[in-house]
Amino acid sequence: MSATTAPGAGAAGEYGDVKTDPVSNWADERLGIYKGSKNLIRKVFPDHWSFLLGEIALFSFILILLSGVFLTLWFNPSMGEVEYHGSYLPLDGVSMSQAYASTLNISFDVRAGLLMRQVHHWAALIFLMAIMVHMLRIFFTGAFRKPREINWLIGFTLMVLGLLEGFAGYSLPDDLLSGTGLRIASGVILSIPIVGTYVSYFLFGGNFPGHDFIPRLFTIHVLLIPALIVGLVTAHLILVFVQKHTQWAGPGKTNDNVVGLPLLPVYTAKAGGFMFVIFGVVFLLAGLVQINPIWAYGPYTPDQISAGSQPDWYIGFLEGSLRMMPNWEWNIWGHTLSFNVLIPSLVVPGILFTALAVWPFLEQWITGDKREHHILDRPRNRPSRTAIGVGGITFYGVLWLAGGNDLIATHFHLSVEALTWTFRVLIFLGPALAYWCTKRIALGLQRRDKDKVLHGRETGIIKVSLEGEFTEVHEPLSAGERYRLTAHEVQKPLELGPATDENGVERPGNRALKLRAKASKAMFSDHVETTVEEYKEIEAGHGHH
Amino acid sequence: MNTLSARRRHPLAAFVVLFLALGVIGATYATLGSSSAKASASVAATPEQLVEGQKLFQSSCSSCHNMNGQGVQGSGPSLIGVGAAAVDFQVGTGRMPAMQIGPQVTSKPPIFTQDQIDAMAAYIGALGAGPDIPDPSLYNGDPNDAASVSNGGVLFRTNCSQCHNVAGAGGALTDGKFAPSLRETSTKHIYEAMLTGPQNMPIFNDNVMSPQDKKDIIAYLVQTRTGSNPGGLDLGSIGPVSEGLFVWTIVLGLLIVFACWIGAHTTKASRARVAHFEATTGKDASDND
Repeated sequence: MSATTAPGAGAAGEYGDVKTDPVSNWADERLGIYKGSKNLIRKVFPDHWSFLLGEIALFSFILILLSGVFLTLWFNPSMGEVEYHGSYLPLDGVSMSQAYASTLNISFDVRAGLLMRQVHHWAALIFLMAIMVHMLRIFFTGAFRKPREINWLIGFTLMVLGLLEGFAGYSLPDDLLSGTGLRIASGVILSIPIVGTYVSYFLFGGNFPGHDFIPRLFTIHVLLIPALIVGLVTAHLILVFVQKHTQWAGPGKTNDNVVGLPLLPVYTAKAGGFMFVIFGVVFLLAGLVQINPIWAYGPYTPDQISAGSQPDWYIGFLEGSLRMMPNWEWNIWGHTLSFNVLIPSLVVPGILFTALAVWPFLEQWITGDKREHHILDRPRNRPSRTAIGVGGITFYGVLWLAGGNDLIATHFHLSVEALTWTFRVLIFLGPALAYWCTKRIALGLQRRDKDKVLHGRETGIIKVSLEGEFTEVHEPLSAGERYRLTAHEVQKPLELGPATDENGVERPGNRALKLRAKASKAMFSDHVETTVEEYKEIEAGHGHH
Repeated sequence: MNTLSARRRHPLAAFVVLFLALGVIGATYATLGSSSAKASASVAATPEQLVEGQKLFQSSCSSCHNMNGQGVQGSGPSLIGVGAAAVDFQVGTGRMPAMQIGPQVTSKPPIFTQDQIDAMAAYIGALGAGPDIPDPSLYNGDPNDAASVSNGGVLFRTNCSQCHNVAGAGGALTDGKFAPSLRETSTKHIYEAMLTGPQNMPIFNDNVMSPQDKKDIIAYLVQTRTGSNPGGLDLGSIGPVSEGLFVWTIVLGLLIVFACWIGAHTTKASRARVAHFEATTGKDASDND
């Protein structure tokens, strides 16, 4: 294993008996290639499966770009009306937009067209899923802490851009499902107080649906957002390089080093291999499992709708929030204020996303911790953060389930109304319950770790003493394992001194400090600690076994 | 003329006029009515069928629909005037006799033979005028006729898909009711459902939707069952929810398995270096705290 603090393993020298390739050695001795690129190619990355989640997003994005280029060669982003006479019989002679007709053409008459469409769509679903799972990994392990707050924000922006990009792509084929989604989007825009109508007319070039939106969306989908994503992904990766990758605590792994394998040749091979694995999975999926059969939906006309009209999964939480919202509306002096659309589609995601974006800064403010962190937290060792995260997942999950309420109703023989009311209660109760349960479980796991550290592992071996006493043999943990379980710091609540000094003058910024202390108390007053005294007592043989 | 004008003030004259007027209206209605009903006229019921049908009705249906089909408040509607088509649909799809009263009576394997169903249909059809069991020529459209199928598709998406889903996979209604899947339903039963509007379904009689349009819709549905639906496993044709569920369970699971596989594999070269490190320094490389 090599570490960045230790000199990188040279071609010869440190490991004198390691054979090197004579050709590259000859070239290197004359050109000095190695010296120049050493920092890049000897960059060390730690090994863990959860560090590969972001790579899934990256590689599926590459596949989206490649298949997307293929699709643009045949897709015609126009609302111009044509009569279809392609090879899909049930739509023969039906009038439709050129966008829809060209998508049918790609699906039925372009060689490998349907495969590429399905690759594009499945890869998009995987891209967003990988982003979210990656983001959860970063959150629960505290990898967003200093110095990685900016990279967290870049990642967050990438997620939001991914959502927009996905929705734009879903809307482009101009099939019945696309149009239904756009109709909802236009309704959401219209619900914005005062400016909504103007914004809607501006975006759609007049009344919905109009003729401008598909061509505009196309430019946004294939040019604007992809360019932003590519730029931000590059920045995201550069920062990972510059700041080095985080690692789990363990023997030899400190806050100042990275223990792992070098980029070249090991990580290049690993990541390259993983890329082809992902390509393989997506192509297999696209070849075997149908996605978005636009021919079944038919062309969009505003007077048609289908039961079970849902967005792709990543917009599902907004669908659910809209579906469970009570029908509140105010009419003030002839102007309608649509809380029934405004709250679920703009306020709820606004709060959710803002919380997500500012979390690193909020947590830093509460803990007051300004140090750099390169060692990851085990989620159990940060019970409150983990509990907040699980509460957030529960909130999102309830919204998500509500988005499929009709399918849950038909598949489980339930009533849609009963489900809606269940979700309305759960959206408040669920996160609170999840917070409480998770915090208790995390603290319980910490106590178990503490028990293992102090008393060792239960071996299951029962000893009978001469006096007839039964005892279980506990095997002490290895030094490495003990280190792994105790490497974390125990965060304690902020203690505030007296609010006024001896002259009765109030401390500056007292109100903010009080708030901080309150938040700190809520988050950290429950904690599990292994004190030095406890440890010494066990070591000295005064322990209870 | 004289006789007529002399008798026009006769006490019974008004009744005679009324009787004649009713007769004319009745005759006109019967002629016109039969011409539109002719489209769905089938073989006339035989007396044996009527007797058999009444017997079956009284033993299997009358507890809810009453002895003469006039209905029981709160448990079964009156069947006078629902027509033979309604009986053929309800009993033929196994919905009737219902097992229990719930939000919606569901279909199940029918418990009567087609002959028995025909007998009951004849009996109920004789109770009052209503849509008759349609002739196969009405509902067996050509699923390969492009004009018919595409017209049926447009009509289906305009009139049916909001409840039954574009692929005919079914969908939820209020209070636990639902629009059933149409993927297995026979063409005759689809036609009868449009004619009679069972449970929550609206009635698409011949004044609302021409027999040809109904036939086109059926041709479209048959075409989507048998015709081209490429792309692989359809995940139930219920749209993005099943796609999302699939990607978050099977695909994510698979990708994580691969990630674990790659993450867990370290190279032989580095193992050799660890061994070298341990041999030369005498330290344990994995435990140096």
